[in-house]
Amino acid sequence: MDKKNWLDTTYKKAAERPIRFSTVSDMELEPLYTPADVSGSYDEALGNPGEYPYTRGVYGSMYRGRLWTMRQFAGFGLAEDTNARFHFLLGQGQDGLSTAFDMPTLMGYDADHERALGEVGREGVSVSTVYDMATLFDRIPLDRVTTSMTVNCSASVLLAMYLIVAERNGIPWERVGGTIQNDMLKEYIAQKEWICPPRPALRIVTDMIEFCARKVPRWHAVSISGYHIREAGSTAVQELAFTIADGICYVEDAVKRGLNVDEFAPRLSFFWNLHNDFLEEIAKLRAARRMWARIMKERFGAKDPKSMLLRTHAQTAGASLTAQQPINNVVRVGIQALAGVLGGVQSLHTNSMDETLALPTEQAVMVALRTQQIIAEETGVTNTIDPFGGSYAVEALTDRMEREAMEYIRRIDEMGGMIKAIETGYPQREIAEAAFHFQRQLEQGIKTVVGVNKYSIPEEIPIPTLKIDAAIEEKQIQRVRKVKRERNSVAVREALTRIGEACRSGENLMEPICEAVRRDATVGEVSDIFRAEFGVYTDPGWL
Amino acid sequence: MAEKRLRILVAKPGLDGHDRGAKIIARALRDGGFEVIYTGLHQTPEMIAQAAVQEDADAVGLSVLSGAHMTLFPEVMRLLKERGAADVAVFGGGIIPDDDVVKLKEMGVRQIFTPGASTEDIIKWVRENVAPRQ
Repeated sequence: MDKKNWLDTTYKKAAERPIRFSTVSDMELEPLYTPADVSGSYDEALGNPGEYPYTRGVYGSMYRGRLWTMRQFAGFGLAEDTNARFHFLLGQGQDGLSTAFDMPTLMGYDADHERALGEVGREGVSVSTVYDMATLFDRIPLDRVTTSMTVNCSASVLLAMYLIVAERNGIPWERVGGTIQNDMLKEYIAQKEWICPPRPALRIVTDMIEFCARKVPRWHAVSISGYHIREAGSTAVQELAFTIADGICYVEDAVKRGLNVDEFAPRLSFFWNLHNDFLEEIAKLRAARRMWARIMKERFGAKDPKSMLLRTHAQTAGASLTAQQPINNVVRVGIQALAGVLGGVQSLHTNSMDETLALPTEQAVMVALRTQQIIAEETGVTNTIDPFGGSYAVEALTDRMEREAMEYIRRIDEMGGMIKAIETGYPQREIAEAAFHFQRQLEQGIKTVVGVNKYSIPEEIPIPTLKIDAAIEEKQIQRVRKVKRERNSVAVREALTRIGEACRSGENLMEPICEAVRRDATVGEVSDIFRAEFGVYTDPGWL
Repeated sequence: MAEKRLRILVAKPGLDGHDRGAKIIARALRDGGFEVIYTGLHQTPEMIAQAAVQEDADAVGLSVLSGAHMTLFPEVMRLLKERGAADVAVFGGGIIPDDDVVKLKEMGVRQIFTPGASTEDIIKWVRENVAPRQ
């Protein structure tokens, strides 16, 4: 009996629970998926793992060959505080580092700037000078451990600092591996830490793509990030669509610069959010791989299969965690991480249960890391590759998400590309709309958040949280001032002037920035050159 | 003549770009019948106090998720007072630990809403606790 008949006869007699069956993104699901819901042949739509279009995974053997990199995001206080956390995590079996910087560092202000007041070391580690960077990576072998740095508008300076620290430790740039987020387009769309307007910001990103392709071959110059788009309230389809559209924009700009697509595309990587809706998230990751493979091959004419691979880091959804009954967050994170693994990620961060209250304590981050280790070593889901491949529901959802995301991309193309779309506020408004819609559904009880709008308790049981000592701000301010006092200020001035000239001439900015960092120029000083040369972007305050 | 609609300035002080909550609140307050002005991101306390006075706001809603609330909230209050606008009702929201909520209220912040607060509760609170400035 075909599905329609089956539904009409058997199923319609059974009463459904009186709710709307839709994903967390409000995508309605059918009661049943059958082979009739899946389109395309196996080779065309899926392919084996490690084969075009990579729906089933970017590598042939996937986790049977090698597990994903367990990479917890860490950063707070002074560089030595975060360095101690790095060593703790490596000691607990983590195998890659991921650095969270504080707001001033992310926005290109030194710790002693008045706008940094109250923010130093609070949401991440404070790095103003190359000495802070050296302390941060003290006793970490930069040629063996790969590092991810979550920083965007000041990414060029932070990467330069990392490279100079490696250089001073006798490690050549060719041997340094890692990722810098450096995805400025999603800053305007979602995360909103910026210095300059979108166009010059894109130029700096492309400079870094070019520089890394030629000088730091093991470095991923951009991690194209849907994570923050989702955190800002987008649906899963919007996350997929806007992220891939950002990727298209970077590739187009680099190609326009004269780079061959296969020269840089293998070093582009991605970063996704893992939310609560298990099937939707697995489908999203599978759709993302297929979309990117097809776009790189068909739209950009990539020849190297490595250019077509969407390799990705993922992080469980911070926005999904609740301040109410925070221990429940351990369960949410476990399920989200499992979706990531079943979706085939290469690297994973699991959030800590206390992150809606503060930055994680050592105990909370250990539970989060153990969650990954339990999935990897106890659940058995790593024993076979892409176990969800061929699930009618997952394949149908994968097809649908690709279709709906491609529709968004078509609309953005029609607008003249992502920069134009951002300038008119299109993705920003779409996301705000989705966030508001979700909030309404929550308040109307259409969607459930356990412990918040259902199963709440009158008295919360408190859990321990990490407190950042207010004295660190003053300590860091004094450190930055000392560096500024003791360095050769004429040499610094000269180097900063050179950066300004490169801003105007169009010369690649990375070598002049590296030279300025060698002479002890700070994050804020280089960012001030960008502000002076390219202007400052202000939030249009779109609602 | 109809009663004067309350004017509320919704502001994001400091450097953090997490504006999801601020935007949802701004929109919900607007739908709730208030006049809402949203400042956009990365405002200094100075900019916020100035905007509150210029826009003749009856209340200022501050959203901070960066942990800098103990520096930024009191500074906004101080600057409002300096400009003769101490009667503007300041309320706020974000990731704010319970101990800090107590301290902020002692400093005169009228109310703090923490994660999970519903927009209906916030609208209700504004209706019941904010009066038009004379």
